[in-house]
Amino acid sequence: MTTAVANSPVTDRALPPGAPDAVVMRFAGDSGDGIQLTGSQFTLSTALAGNDLATFPDFPAEIRAPQGTTFGVSAFQINFGSTSIETAGDIPDVLMAMNPAALKVNLAALRPGGLIIADTGAFDERNLEKAEYASNPLEDSSLAPYQVVALDISRLTLDAVKPLGLSNRDGLRCKAMWALGLALWMFDRDRQPLIDALQAKFGSKSDKLVAANVAALNAGHVYGETAEIGTPLKQVRVAPAEMAPGLYRTVTGGETIALGLVAGSQLAGLPLFLGSYPITPASQILHYLARLKEYDVTTFQAEDEIAAICSAIGASYAGQLGVTTSSGPGVALKGEALGLAIMSELPLVVVNSQRGGPSTGLPTKTEQSDLYQAIYGRNGDAPLVVIASRSPSDCFDAAIEAVRLAVEFMTPVILLTDGYITNAAEPWCIPDLTTHQAFPVEFSTEVPTEGRINPYQRDPQTLKRLWIKPGTPGLTHRIGGIEKGFGTGEISYDAANHQKMTDTRKAKIDGIANFIPEQEVSLGESRGKLAVVGWGSTYGAIQQAVRRVRARGGDVSHIHVRHLWPLPRNLGALLKNYDRILVPELNTGQLKTVLRDQFLVDAQPLNKVSGQPFKIAEIEVAIEQVLATRS
Amino acid sequence: MNVLPQFSPADFASDQEVRWCPGCGDYSILKSVQRTLSQIGARPENTVCISGIGCSSRFPYYVETYGYHTIHGRAPAIATGVKLANPELDVWIVTGDGDGLSIGGNHMLHLLRRNLDCQVLLFNNEIYGLTKGQYSPTSRFGTRSPSTPFGSLDQPLNPCGFALGAGARFVARSYDLAQTKTPEILARAHAHRGTSFVEIYSNCIVFNNAAFEKFAGKKAASDSQLWLETGKPMLFADGAKGLRLDREAMTLEVVAMADQDPKAAGILVHDETNKTIARLLIEMPFGDFPVALGIIYCDPTPAFDGAVTEQNRTVAAGKTRDLNALLRKGDTWSVDAAESSLPVEAEPLQ
Ligand code: SF4
Repeated sequence: MTTAVANSPVTDRALPPGAPDAVVMRFAGDSGDGIQLTGSQFTLSTALAGNDLATFPDFPAEIRAPQGTTFGVSAFQINFGSTSIETAGDIPDVLMAMNPAALKVNLAALRPGGLIIADTGAFDERNLEKAEYASNPLEDSSLAPYQVVALDISRLTLDAVKPLGLSNRDGLRCKAMWALGLALWMFDRDRQPLIDALQAKFGSKSDKLVAANVAALNAGHVYGETAEIGTPLKQVRVAPAEMAPGLYRTVTGGETIALGLVAGSQLAGLPLFLGSYPITPASQILHYLARLKEYDVTTFQAEDEIAAICSAIGASYAGQLGVTTSSGPGVALKGEALGLAIMSELPLVVVNSQRGGPSTGLPTKTEQSDLYQAIYGRNGDAPLVVIASRSPSDCFDAAIEAVRLAVEFMTPVILLTDGYITNAAEPWCIPDLTTHQAFPVEFSTEVPTEGRINPYQRDPQTLKRLWIKPGTPGLTHRIGGIEKGFGTGEISYDAANHQKMTDTRKAKIDGIANFIPEQEVSLGESRGKLAVVGWGSTYGAIQQAVRRVRARGGDVSHIHVRHLWPLPRNLGALLKNYDRILVPELNTGQLKTVLRDQFLVDAQPLNKVSGQPFKIAEIEVAIEQVLATRS
Repeated sequence: MNVLPQFSPADFASDQEVRWCPGCGDYSILKSVQRTLSQIGARPENTVCISGIGCSSRFPYYVETYGYHTIHGRAPAIATGVKLANPELDVWIVTGDGDGLSIGGNHMLHLLRRNLDCQVLLFNNEIYGLTKGQYSPTSRFGTRSPSTPFGSLDQPLNPCGFALGAGARFVARSYDLAQTKTPEILARAHAHRGTSFVEIYSNCIVFNNAAFEKFAGKKAASDSQLWLETGKPMLFADGAKGLRLDREAMTLEVVAMADQDPKAAGILVHDETNKTIARLLIEMPFGDFPVALGIIYCDPTPAFDGAVTEQNRTVAAGKTRDLNALLRKGDTWSVDAAESSLPVEAEPLQ
């Protein structure tokens, strides 16, 4: 899981020891311990304290893996600080370990000298055995390189909730809240917003549940207040980050994709139809949209992935904005229907929240390995548009862009995101939708004065065909997956016509390059020794790595590609301005291959497929190596 | 009933050349559908034919309505999106035994249980025509075909039985040449709110000729066809035979009437809402029994698309559509211009 790079001496040099203006905290425990809830509550508190932040929920695929085992460990990492935060952090400073397995799995990543807060109550013989510890690490000397605070959090929690008369089992469920209380004290945070949030979340279910959680939270906080001076437990104040003025909230990529799709459909003036089938990690988008009926949203949980995309195609055919959301294995099943959407030239947005593959792969872990699938993965010459979002807040704009391209060019658009972006949270400067440029759709209603309508009649600029809603008088016509005559829209098996239609479909998609922004350089100059070219969720890690190397005088720039197909019209020329091109990807080199193919440039790969995002240091080391080998 | 048709059957014929083999049963069904559309006063622009892949699925090209010839087996899924997006449209799904029950069996199952308001016309020729004659899921046991040169070994599926089992609320059966009865059935199917499943036997003259001759052939017709009509006794062979329920064995039996009064002879009276009898009628083994035709089962329940529209409406009622407000919901905090000074990146000398 951890890579050799992260533990290399180079990395240690690259990272300043201790980061006073930023802290990386990792909560870890059993998947039944409520770690994800604790993490999201701490995130809320961090956001309200005005820190910039990024999170990384890291949980097993099983809903309730066997208790106490290493593969049942659920973790939540948050990086927060007074400076600009762009990744969830390479190396945790603080590890909250709720059981031996959590310690075992996460210890290797902890900064030497970092703080471990462990629940001794869970370090019993059975749990130690399940985590395969021969002796109790809290009692032997194996944790000597770290600062350890060993507390019986289990008992302290049970004591705190005792007056409420909960069973031991239910009482122990509150122990993550106790830990959260302690964490709030450590960083001098206000408890009230969290108490309000708990009330809002569980109040309707059970007052007792809320009361118990609040009691545990308060007890953890009080413990900190009364802790003896001289222990490693001390209060740290992280100053608020300097952020652009505006109204903020924290969002996950799942939320912003949903909101962006709704915004896009409003800008297009269309009702939104989502056909989807549950799949990790894309289901959240379905859950979120299912609640937004007042925004002209219809959601349909289909019987399978194929029906999901087909229903969306049907909705687009009938004049709505058809959307389907899935992950790699589901998108594989949608391949044939994507071909139909390409052939019948209907707008469609396909969101692929990528995960580790192939096959079932690593459902809850992140990867960027579906780029080939998105660009090439269909039978026939079947071009469509592919774009990628780079962060949770960026998903909003990326989703709007996906909708715009789909309706303005009558084409399917694949929007690539991934498990990391979908689940991770960050502060989002809420945009004002009224300032967004609308792109209202016009359906064809005009009946030709002579002859019959050709539904494949094209706009000379964009090459998009007419969008005619069934129900429109005088324009009845038939479309489908069989090749259509260029000039009539009727079935055609004519060889020359197939050539012409194939060329036209390609020209339409290629031509979109003229309607998307030129590629910009995210950081650095537009020429030089090295361009680091990335796409998707690696943005933060690449940005920070490039920034650090530049701070030491390195000649390196960061280019981050949103439009992956067609590629921006200036990208080829831009890349040729650099001596070297490095492409970090969470796959075995897919964008690298595309860039080589499209521009005949010597793009070099930097790959990782461990289910974890890049650490900044990994990219930093690779940049230094490339710069060093060039004399 | 006597509404003057605004569009004649010919108005529902498109200008496309029909490309089925000469003598294919699908021609007769096409005529029946065009006649039905005329009779029910359908409007071409509000009618949508959606099909999958196969000989029968070419159907939409030949009807002057909106049409979508989609991919193999997926017509029900496409139709679901169409109907949820615009419940005003009159959706006709045209499919075959391979398209609808083999590759698309799953979608058919879920369409029927959801009860989307549409008509399903399943042309059953008990063979794969377009791919040149392989056996299909409705082919009889032992069917010799290019893919089963020594005879097929799988048991066939009974389409109406499948539909009933999947929860269909309207199940009917006809055959290609029944050109008077078929439009009547289709008109009822159209009037029914929910998924109307109509199996139509169609003769594939090239790969499975005369498959239905034993009951659909002119000579056999009367003796072997039981046309069901609700409220009427189940008589066939020009009234010479009837069906009775053996209440002990819970099976049907054929009774020779010999001038008896049907009631006195205990002949069943068709009640199209009776699902148990419908099941028995559908599964009568041909030979000893006639083939049940007409509307076998009809017992309406609210349709899926209507329920979706209704839920969308009630949940949305009284709520604002202000997306800007939605974006700002929940825990937010603001950063003032005064306290914000955008960090200036410390860049090395360039
Ligand atoms: S192959 Fe059979 S079903 Fe197909 S068109 Fe010819 S006769 Fe009809």
